[in-house]
Amino acid sequence: MAQKKFVVGCFDDEAVLFPALKKVRTAGYKIHDIYTPFAVHGLDHAMGLRETSLHTAGFIYGITGTTTALSCISWIFTKDWPLNIGGKPHFALPAWIPITFELTVLFAAVGMVLTFCYLCQLAPFVKKHHFHSRATDDLFVMVIECSSSTNTDDLQGFLQKYGALETNVQVAESDWWVGRYDKIEHPFELSNNLAY
Amino acid sequence: MHLKYESQLREPLVTGNKTYHQVTEDIISPIEAKPSKLWYVGFYIAVALLMFGVYSVYREVTYGIGQWNLNKTIGWGWDITNFVWWVGIGHAGTLISAILLLFRQGWRTGVNRAAEAMTIFAVMCAGQFPIFHMGRVWMAFFVLPYANSRGPLWVNFNSPLLWDVFAISTYFTVSLLFWYSGLIPDFATVRDRAKTKLRQKLYGTAAFGWTGSTKHWQRHESLSLVLAGLSTPLVLSVHTIVSFDFATSVIPGWHTTIFPPYFVAGAIFSGFAMVQSLMLIVRKVFALQDYITLGHIEAMNKVIVLTGSIVGIAYLTELFMGWYSQNKYEGYTFWYSRAYLFSPYGWSYWGMMACNVISPQIFWFRKMRRNLFVTFFMSVIVNIGMWFERFVIIVTSLYRDYLPSSWSVYYSPSTYEIGFYLGTFGLFFTCFFLFAKYFPVIAVAEIKYVLKITGDNYKRDMAQVEGQPLESFVHENLH
Repeated sequence: MAQKKFVVGCFDDEAVLFPALKKVRTAGYKIHDIYTPFAVHGLDHAMGLRETSLHTAGFIYGITGTTTALSCISWIFTKDWPLNIGGKPHFALPAWIPITFELTVLFAAVGMVLTFCYLCQLAPFVKKHHFHSRATDDLFVMVIECSSSTNTDDLQGFLQKYGALETNVQVAESDWWVGRYDKIEHPFELSNNLAY
Repeated sequence: MHLKYESQLREPLVTGNKTYHQVTEDIISPIEAKPSKLWYVGFYIAVALLMFGVYSVYREVTYGIGQWNLNKTIGWGWDITNFVWWVGIGHAGTLISAILLLFRQGWRTGVNRAAEAMTIFAVMCAGQFPIFHMGRVWMAFFVLPYANSRGPLWVNFNSPLLWDVFAISTYFTVSLLFWYSGLIPDFATVRDRAKTKLRQKLYGTAAFGWTGSTKHWQRHESLSLVLAGLSTPLVLSVHTIVSFDFATSVIPGWHTTIFPPYFVAGAIFSGFAMVQSLMLIVRKVFALQDYITLGHIEAMNKVIVLTGSIVGIAYLTELFMGWYSQNKYEGYTFWYSRAYLFSPYGWSYWGMMACNVISPQIFWFRKMRRNLFVTFFMSVIVNIGMWFERFVIIVTSLYRDYLPSSWSVYYSPSTYEIGFYLGTFGLFFTCFFLFAKYFPVIAVAEIKYVLKITGDNYKRDMAQVEGQPLESFVHENLH
């Protein structure tokens, strides 16, 4: 597992965080992440993150539910076991709408939550590196990834100048994102490429 | 930089000079403290009720449905009444968290977490009734469509009772997911300030390793919004489908097209009343008056008076149609079995009218909407009234229908029928007491999100902004 060096700057006000973020990005530093106690609107755009497509996944799960319900019920009631209910048509679409709707919602909701947990790598017993314990309380924690040429003291001074209350340097594993997050790292090829 | 601004005209939703840390402190510290004596008293009463319920259910399962006073005419009595009542109560949570989120009602943040918890517990209670009403409860899984060894013999997808199975189970699952996904960041807050190893471990497990990463928050927001969008038609569909159980039948008093909207309005009505009862206690016990303000209570009372009046119009429409249709069975049900005070169940109809239609009109007065005692009293009255409503619909329609030879004797519940109902109260309050003690009862992260918009210390600063000329306002805020 690759250990990386990070410079951490903590802010206590989003009004200070936004201008600081702009400066950090203009200066060309690579922002690893910003940890916030709540969803700060606009921060994702300010960081240059792309929009999530979780809702598209939700739509796909939803129509999967619709198709599942309609195809199962129509197969059962027209092919597998057609019941004669007072001579009414076997293909009774209006009567199937409620279940179709419920399954659409169920598939979309369950699918989205599971996808959300997968993408964010959230599960019981998962342990991740926490850069600051107050990141879930009242601090906005900006984490900047260091390259070999980064001068950590300069960077800390830079962050303090733009309003960081507390800065420090931490070494942490960065590739908790199993198989996806850190494209540079190829754990299985390490033995072939020890020089890396 | 984007601008947070809300007019001074709206009353603040978070009072007291709060900072982000203070919000965490206020909401999380009751979890870390030892429960009070009052909590134990309440909890043990709830557990005792639950035990009585378990015993009642044991009697019913062992000796059969004969333990209840149902008869061949009144096949649905207290149990289905209780089922509809609990499902109705379970509507407010999702309404508050989903529909009000889509309508951008800021006040939902104070009450949504507890209301959603209430929803989940109420649906759990509701589910018990149809399941145990099956009699041979060990065959309850027969309601699921699966490839079985009997043919395969399938369930009837055209039946509203099966729609109910899908609706209630979907509703429960989606509400649970919505609630839990909202809880994850707050569990992380509890974990990160935990002083004991055990608490850190338990809440750490519950928090799923949440860090508060911006990308995760972005996805979390998207998830909440889509789940809200899904839950909105879902919550409307659930009580609609419950009403189909009645409306698709040919029983006078049930066979009416007005049922779906009327049931949904009634569900919201009773759900909000239950939220009021619980929140008034929670805000007092955990000293959360700064987060559940009179403004929140007033907003919920407005919903109560609105939905109560909708329900009232529905009652009157039914009476009108009972006469206007000139159908003698309809007329008999509505004008004799229900509206005639001295008919066998006339008391329940007029009890319903008094509790649901007449008494909530008190909330047209602002003073009453903001009076805690009146609100609590009314919330209990409304729930009694809504229980009467379901009893009226079920029993007065069943006890005398087409054939006078099968008119039933007077139905009153047996001890174990009542015990089952009390048992679900036990289940509900046992769950709710545990929730109130061990879970963040208010959505911490969401309060922090609205704090600078609607916290009164921040709003006071806004007063200056409001007095500012437009040009300097634009100059200062939009550059």
